[in-house]
Amino acid sequence: MENYWMPLLGGVLIGLSSSTMLGGLGRITGISGILGVSLSKPSRENNWRYAFLAGLIGGGALLLFLKPGYFDYSLDYPIWQIIGAGLLVGFGTRLGSGCTSGHGVCGLARTSGRSLVATVLFILSGMLMVAVRGIFS
Amino acid sequence: MMSVFIAFISGLIFAVGLVVSGMTNPEVVKGFLDILGDWNPALVFVMGGAVGVNFFTFKFLEKRKPMCAPAHFLPDNKDIDRKLAFGSVMFGLGWGLLGVCPGPGLVNLVTLQSGALLFVGSMLAGMFAFKLWTKP
Repeated sequence: MENYWMPLLGGVLIGLSSSTMLGGLGRITGISGILGVSLSKPSRENNWRYAFLAGLIGGGALLLFLKPGYFDYSLDYPIWQIIGAGLLVGFGTRLGSGCTSGHGVCGLARTSGRSLVATVLFILSGMLMVAVRGIFS
Repeated sequence: MMSVFIAFISGLIFAVGLVVSGMTNPEVVKGFLDILGDWNPALVFVMGGAVGVNFFTFKFLEKRKPMCAPAHFLPDNKDIDRKLAFGSVMFGLGWGLLGVCPGPGLVNLVTLQSGALLFVGSMLAGMFAFKLWTKP
């Protein structure tokens, strides 16, 4: 149990962040949507999206500076695995209108049926992928 | 201007939440998805904490006008359709393949590791492909 205080604290921070977005801007904090819409040509409409993404990177940079130990892991995976995952995550989150933040963190809290279906599906298919790769490795 | 400031601070807090919870480490995420192996329930606590807070705050906030907007921008689509299902399955397969979803993928850019850059590049390519595909 001791090891789960940080995940719980992190989760609460993520909740407070998305609550701030809803109370401040009236927006759902869906990172794939924010990023996907930001890919269109620059517009004032998207300023809050650029700002959120800048904050996300800024927050990571701040922790890397203050507590580099948090980043003590390697992202050294086979190239095909990284590219395949990136393409599936990018296309899939846009087609399914959301990812772990929009459907999971926000949609579930709003008891949205769509988000519940999406979350169950992406968790089950993630588990399937890990299981299948486990069998073949 | 205020909305830009709020969005920046929210992004900052979101990133700190992702990092301290361990969600930026792909092995922790794959550990959660690995139900047949050495299961790591950390993600349950992250989701529980986040949804637990939002479940109460959203109810309250949705009844009030947002601070910097005339009204809420909430999704009104209720259709559980093929797009939602196929998209979520695709995303899940990619998530399980590497253990990285969009938020942690972006945060990992700060490590300047080539894997982080390659993942975000590929994710953007996937999003761009979707844009081209949906163009009439």
